[in-house]
Amino acid sequence: MKAVIVGCGRVGGFLASALDATGHDVIIIDLLTRAFDRLPATFGGEAVRADGTDEEALRRAGADGADFFLALTEGDNRNIMAAQLAREAFGIGTVYAKVNDPMRAQAYAELGIGTVCRTTMMVDALLGAMKLPSGSEPSVRPGADHDHAPIGTAAATGHGEA
Amino acid sequence: MFVLVVGGGKVGYYLTRELSESGHEVVLMEKDRGRADQIADEIGSIVVAKDGCEGSALADAGANRADVVAAVTGDDEDNLVICQMAKHHFAVPKTIARVNNPKNEPLFKHLGVDELISPTRMILGSIEQDIPVHELLHLAPLSHEFELVEAQLTVESPAVGRTLLQLQLPSGCSVVALVRDEIAQAVGPDTVFRAGDKVIAAGRAECEPALHGMLIGALPVA
Repeated sequence: MKAVIVGCGRVGGFLASALDATGHDVIIIDLLTRAFDRLPATFGGEAVRADGTDEEALRRAGADGADFFLALTEGDNRNIMAAQLAREAFGIGTVYAKVNDPMRAQAYAELGIGTVCRTTMMVDALLGAMKLPSGSEPSVRPGADHDHAPIGTAAATGHGEA
Repeated sequence: MFVLVVGGGKVGYYLTRELSESGHEVVLMEKDRGRADQIADEIGSIVVAKDGCEGSALADAGANRADVVAAVTGDDEDNLVICQMAKHHFAVPKTIARVNNPKNEPLFKHLGVDELISPTRMILGSIEQDIPVHELLHLAPLSHEFELVEAQLTVESPAVGRTLLQLQLPSGCSVVALVRDEIAQAVGPDTVFRAGDKVIAAGRAECEPALHGMLIGALPVA
């Protein structure tokens, strides 16, 4: 499978090397070449310095035809924009954005972008570690069904205003 | 009308001030507290020092009753998210985004932002309009010393009413094509030029004065 990862931070870099080690084609993108220092010397995928919110840059980096697209930079909005480009401009089926604001994470899951929320994830993990009941907010939300319904259509807004 | 402006840079500041002076209800959101306080000192307590990308902050600022949300920060991704949150989470009737990278316009439109304002596009459009029509427009360098140029023929152009053959272009340059009524066409030796034609020519730099003289008119004396 071909995976595109935007943001070579701790999570992005670690995930890239894990996917690479298990035989997947990985393209990892970051604005800073320095970020690629996080990748192990054995990394066999492609590391591309580019802006993951720029459609042309993503195309040059080889995002066309990817199976997975994971936007994992430190900026919620950069991730959201990159993920929406992946879905709308490249038609990638499985798209996840790291969105640390729980309310935004919920809103975008309703709009069809899969979201991973580190805030609720850590809160749940810590509550669990303290043997306390966890919160009701899921930390990973799959996007609405990947039928590529463009955002703004009746199907998508119907969800959003619920 | 209740307008929620997000982003307290120059654009957001003047927009808020103008709207407020013309009697609209306005709230400005600016996440930098220092900047927010500074603006509040100048235009009053209509500034909310919160991040307009945060759902809860938008709610506090009254997004659910806003008629218009204008996202005018300097970051396209922030403006997109502000408008999408406003539209889909708060059902705001009209969302306006400032778009800095003109290439983002189709995506923003597709994702449901109602109005796009692109300063880059506006300035670009204005520059293109201002290019004097009576000059040769350099389209592209083809190789060293060899350039592709465009000339817009006016009624004063010496070429109007004459054929390519009659023009007797100097060696080292040639007319490649012309655009007439938005349609590009090849130019033959007996093509007659008309006012309004855009003529595309290729030539060496030293032929430019001659090309200019024939297609546009003699170079003005400085």
